[in-house]
Amino acid sequence: MVDYLMPSLGADMKDGRVVEWHVHPGHTVHRGDVVGVVDTEKGAIEIEIWEDGVVREILVEPGRKVLVGEPLFRYQREAEAPVEPVARAEAPPVVPPAPAERREPAPPTPPPLAAAVPAPAESVRASPAARQRARELGIDLTAVQGSGPEGAVVVEDVLRHAEGVGKRVPGKLPPTTAAEGMRAAIAAAMSRSKREIPHYYLGTTVSLQKATDWLAALNRARTPDTRVLPVALTLKAVALAAREFPEMNGHWIDGAFRHSERVHAGLAISLRTGGLIAPAIHDADQKTLDALTTSVTDLVQRARSGRLRSSEITDATLTVSSLGDRGVDRLYGVIYPPQVALVGVGRPAHRPWVVEGALVVHPVIEITLSGDHRASDGHRGALFLERIGDLLQRPEEL
Amino acid sequence: MNGAATATAMRTMTYREAVREAIRDALTRDERVFLMGEDVGHYGGCFAVTKGLLEEFGEERIRDTPLSESAFVGAGIGAAMAGMRPIVEIMTVNFSLLALDQIVNNAATILHMSGGQFNVPLVIRMTTGGGKQLAAQHSHSLEGWYAHIPGIKILTPATLEDARGMLWTALQDPDPVLIFENTLLYNMEGELPDDADAVDIDKARVRREGEHVSLITYGGSLFKTLEAARVLAEEGVEAEVVDLRTLRPLDNATILASVSRTRRAVVVDEGWRSGSISAEISARIMENAFWNLDAPVERVCSAEVPMPYARHLEQAALPQVDTIVAAARRTLGRAGGPDVDER
Repeated sequence: MVDYLMPSLGADMKDGRVVEWHVHPGHTVHRGDVVGVVDTEKGAIEIEIWEDGVVREILVEPGRKVLVGEPLFRYQREAEAPVEPVARAEAPPVVPPAPAERREPAPPTPPPLAAAVPAPAESVRASPAARQRARELGIDLTAVQGSGPEGAVVVEDVLRHAEGVGKRVPGKLPPTTAAEGMRAAIAAAMSRSKREIPHYYLGTTVSLQKATDWLAALNRARTPDTRVLPVALTLKAVALAAREFPEMNGHWIDGAFRHSERVHAGLAISLRTGGLIAPAIHDADQKTLDALTTSVTDLVQRARSGRLRSSEITDATLTVSSLGDRGVDRLYGVIYPPQVALVGVGRPAHRPWVVEGALVVHPVIEITLSGDHRASDGHRGALFLERIGDLLQRPEEL
Repeated sequence: MNGAATATAMRTMTYREAVREAIRDALTRDERVFLMGEDVGHYGGCFAVTKGLLEEFGEERIRDTPLSESAFVGAGIGAAMAGMRPIVEIMTVNFSLLALDQIVNNAATILHMSGGQFNVPLVIRMTTGGGKQLAAQHSHSLEGWYAHIPGIKILTPATLEDARGMLWTALQDPDPVLIFENTLLYNMEGELPDDADAVDIDKARVRREGEHVSLITYGGSLFKTLEAARVLAEEGVEAEVVDLRTLRPLDNATILASVSRTRRAVVVDEGWRSGSISAEISARIMENAFWNLDAPVERVCSAEVPMPYARHLEQAALPQVDTIVAAARRTLGRAGGPDVDER
């Protein structure tokens, strides 16, 4: 028997509330199945199982909040003898050698991220009261200077830090709204990024004339609901380029870069309630433009209704932030740790453009790269950006 | 020692006189009350607590006993079961071990063993604690041991008010109550109102309010702890001093409320550290207030040796103002000096 533990859906997640179960004791589950929904600061997340097996016992009733790493339910692996002693699996459970059968659609590999990245607070010496308070206020304890016994962070340090960074410090347990929780999660992740990641920034201007012409021709024959979105082109171009520039695609974990063979593009989505989330489109380099369009539409809708899956939250290997028709000409993004690159796509605009010595007007976009200088250098970053630009000149190959 | 009413006249007296007045009051109010123990009559008590009571109340009610703790505690249990309200005095807690069988196997259990037919409304008073160079057979603090036993109540009056007021309430209790009087307190002088009367025996009291650290103590250590709080205040540390008053049942609510507010606790207990009442209190804080703590719970206890006779060694073995101050400083992350006790 194996305990399925509350997964860490991001390095800053401390706990989650079980919203509902999609399984019950006796229920047969397959790798990739959604087994339930957990409410986190990032919204409701559908959690998946990574092994085939049979659910034996639900340990946490819906409505209860549990810490990351605590058992949620118990299941029996498919190959497991019925009386094997209870083992504890890591959260999320490690996949044993893949079972023969693969179901469609192919589920993503388990996120190595959550288990591999130590939660920042774990290594910090902090009192229980300080941890409680920091959790309430959404403060990353690694950023707090301790003054307690043996340099431990105590409540007063947390409060002082909170005032320093302009956080509202309510007198008693504050009723935090979902939006406030997300704000706190973003604050923690972005603070960590700017604290740990030495960013470098590059930008280039790319003509979209060929891409928009090609897309217009493609979409002309289609009904509105089947048209390919422009963002699908940039996503695909970035994903293909990332395959050729491995130092842009992966994670910086424990002082070393870990390249990812697969390209899971995180798409930054702003939420109407405020806040931002960047769920992953798995294997974006392998998907057709139609499939990417479907993925984008589906992701945006589910992100805004707060129904993302755990693998989508944790799997992204680099992020694309596209402002679309709104916004500004260019953006300089903050890398989402532990990723090492963020590609920013500005608003398309018509600009003077020189083609074969003649001045013409083209739709152009500015593409920027925020790179982690620990993992890559500016020269490679420049070639990466250039490659994205080149790919966008041959849309038919995307 | 807070006066009940400001208009009441106050009298200066010692802790010893407060205990004597409590016994006299009980003997006067209830004819079922009588006192027995070694040298309580003609000699006036080993610590002179009962001086003059024999002359006042006579041999029927102030009874000298042989040096036989098991016998006279057993007699007290029998008298209580038969309807009397005996006060049994045992000279020191060390000698009470000779009556441990009567206390633990009889007094604490008879209500249960008789299926609820017999209560044992017995009060046993005894001295406890070191500091008077009475050496290892007269100086220990074993009240924490007794606090382990269900079926009895353990009181540790530290103030004149409690020395005067706890006895009567204990006599009203249908079950056995043990009262531990710290030897060092008998000569302590203080003021008590003329109309001082019975007090509750189930609540701890905050003797000094403070926001930075809770110093939790009882009995003879209370005044050392209050002095430590005064020293800490000079450094800008406001310590809250909680007087437990009763070790069984412990007043969880008062302890936890204080610790949850200050987020730091030092338990001062004249008993030995291992398996002590301080260990129990620390455990309860962990169980119930863990998420409110800013520092590990500190304990200041007696050194784990038989109490030495030599004065400098005895003083070094007991909790002292400076060791309490140092422990409080450690909870605040200030240099407090090493903890001399073995962990």
